[in-house]
Amino acid sequence: MIAPAVTPYRSAAPAGHDGFGQLLWAEWIKLRTVRGWITGMIIAGLLTVGVGLLSHGECGSQASGSLVTGGPGCTSPLGPGGEGVTDGFFFVHQPLAGDGRITVRVTSLTGSYSPDGVSTQDLKRGLQPWSKAGIIIKASATEGSAYAAMMVTGSHGVRMQWNYTGDAAGLDGAVTAASPRWLRLTRTGDTITGYDSADGTAWTRVGSVTLTGLPSTVPAGLFAASPDHSSATSQSIGGGSGSGGPSQASAVFDRIALQGGWPARTWTGTAVGGPSAGPFPVLGYRQAGGRLAVSGSGDIAPVVPDTEGSVAGALIGAFAGLIAIVVVAAMFMTAEYRRGLIRVTLTASPRRSRILAAKAIVVGSAAFAVALSAAVASALIEGPRARSRGIFVDPVPVLTEVRVVAGTAALLAVAAVLAVALGALMRRSAVAVTTVIAVIVLPYFFAVPLAVLPAGAADWLLRVTPAAGFAIQQPYPAYPQVATSYLPGNGYYPLAPWAGFGVLCAWTALALGLAMYLLRRRDA
Amino acid sequence: MSVLGDALRAEWAKARTLASTGWLLLAAVILTVAVSAAVAAAATCPAGNCAEDPAKISLTGIYLGQAVVAILAVLMMSSEYSTGMIRVTLAAMPRRITVLAAKAAILTGLVLACGALAVLASVLAGQVILRGHGIDPAHGYPSLSLGSAPVLRAAAGSVLYLALIAWLGLGIATAVRDSATAIGVVLGLLYLFPIVGAVLGGSQLARLVQQIGPMTAGLAIQATTGLDDLPIRPWAGLGVLAAWAAAALLAGGLLLRHRDA
Repeated sequence: MIAPAVTPYRSAAPAGHDGFGQLLWAEWIKLRTVRGWITGMIIAGLLTVGVGLLSHGECGSQASGSLVTGGPGCTSPLGPGGEGVTDGFFFVHQPLAGDGRITVRVTSLTGSYSPDGVSTQDLKRGLQPWSKAGIIIKASATEGSAYAAMMVTGSHGVRMQWNYTGDAAGLDGAVTAASPRWLRLTRTGDTITGYDSADGTAWTRVGSVTLTGLPSTVPAGLFAASPDHSSATSQSIGGGSGSGGPSQASAVFDRIALQGGWPARTWTGTAVGGPSAGPFPVLGYRQAGGRLAVSGSGDIAPVVPDTEGSVAGALIGAFAGLIAIVVVAAMFMTAEYRRGLIRVTLTASPRRSRILAAKAIVVGSAAFAVALSAAVASALIEGPRARSRGIFVDPVPVLTEVRVVAGTAALLAVAAVLAVALGALMRRSAVAVTTVIAVIVLPYFFAVPLAVLPAGAADWLLRVTPAAGFAIQQPYPAYPQVATSYLPGNGYYPLAPWAGFGVLCAWTALALGLAMYLLRRRDA
Repeated sequence: MSVLGDALRAEWAKARTLASTGWLLLAAVILTVAVSAAVAAAATCPAGNCAEDPAKISLTGIYLGQAVVAILAVLMMSSEYSTGMIRVTLAAMPRRITVLAAKAAILTGLVLACGALAVLASVLAGQVILRGHGIDPAHGYPSLSLGSAPVLRAAAGSVLYLALIAWLGLGIATAVRDSATAIGVVLGLLYLFPIVGAVLGGSQLARLVQQIGPMTAGLAIQATTGLDDLPIRPWAGLGVLAAWAAAALLAGGLLLRHRDA
């Protein structure tokens, strides 16, 4: 007898899709339909904007008992590149009409400074590292105008500097009568070329710059400047409390040779940036025979601003937003375990790594969207708010502003992914949330507000921990030719913006990879 | 047998038999001592006249250890909700405030014990390491011996601080009933005040923020030098944290009593 063939049962319903798009959609529905998580995301956005609104510093002058915001003490002149600059020095000049050349020999550079900025009697001898004197061609004697200069410095050898931010190195070593330095600047059209020499016969080209729109007749000649002295009294705790005061540099020039269009043939002295208010009696110049001695105080350099009022200052609330987003992201993963939903999820989509990837993408994108809206709002609000309080906000290039705003959103998104990964690794939301906060917020906290570590150790903390990611918020570059302490609290991080962000991403990728491995290996 | 006694025994059994309790207590001690020792090892004073506070340096680990204590405190209550155990607990002990009091008592005992261990080890490590760096009485720094009153106050105060942090965590967890949210709120309260204070610079508002922040005020108890520059006096600061902890426990207790579990 032959048994009748039995057709196995097949459901009439169409087979479900198991593509990655479907998985993303499923995870998005999970995120969207839990009211607490959406509330958490909104709170994260509000915190990010709200904390930034607490800043309230003011700048102004006291007039009849009340503060009048703004005024000359609150602003900086702007350089040709649009950045705030310091432009104060003693300038001994005569007009240069058309093309021409100036050559000098510098035989000495000496200086003095006021150690604490208070006592005017107790001046100490000595140069600052960036005390500078040399020759300069400048569009005009007003602050912030374009220039190119060749100079000798306190401890950085011969330099060519131009337009406040440009800096190129020439001969090494200090200037003495035994080893003088020869400097030369040549103007050809808008192009200025700098040369140096140790003997006046063998010349080396240091650099060549184009100063667009340079007038045909410009002031050119000799200059001297010396930035404020500063010293850290405690190098250990808190990055050090420092003291400082004004300083002065004097240089002696001889063998001054002018070629080309120099119609005046007499020197004029001008204190650019107003007369220096320092305690120095001898600022100015003296001419005797072929020798010319110039003494000056101040600096020709970019301003090193802190973040107040800038786009980065507005984004301090990102710390608060980060905590809220991390809580939501960790729960997004751990809730699966708590409710046993993980078994349904894994049955529906047995390829486990893809689930983690889908979760990371969904919560990361949601965090990015929320944080980006909040960061844009903060950035738009903060600038006008700071200006209304009289604070000078050093302009930030548009691309940098975009990097800071979008980078802050990306920082929060990556932190959310890290929280998902740690949630999958640890399966306990309290532990996952604490770990993320401990590795991202705590190192910043130890390095900046607590300031319990010496500067070197604090820098390392912001290089190797995920907190390095905050470097993406640095709005202004650190200039090697301006000696000051570049502190994370003022918006200067030890790593370059994208390098720091890369450290955070590397840690996150590591955690995500480990989570995928363990999710596959472990029973759910 | 008293009701509270039963409740205490029940909570002790729960705490004792959970593997996570032991691990978290161990982690709290190890992290506290490790961070304290690392900061002490990094502290240097080349000029010999820095304004360092040896007691504060040796107790820096509390800044991290408190996060672990907060996890312990939060889990003590929120794990009951995540597993549904809370319904059994409340069926067995319908007096809800008694349950909370018993949890607080067990938690306090555990945290005081491991806090004392962590603080003692941190101070000892600090004594050894800082002496090696020339930060000791021979170089004009205050002694780090527990025999001196300010150091004893800093050390004992740090232990009390950890207990108050545990109360804060327990109260908040009882109020919000979810471990991730609770730990987020606790750590936000602890770490955001000083970061906001740093942003505000030296202004009056920054001082106020440091006076009312649970961590910035509470850890004033660790200062043994420069007391006049502190935003708040040591014991007053610990009082501010105690007020936070009491408010959290009160809010948690009221919600526990009046809400369905």
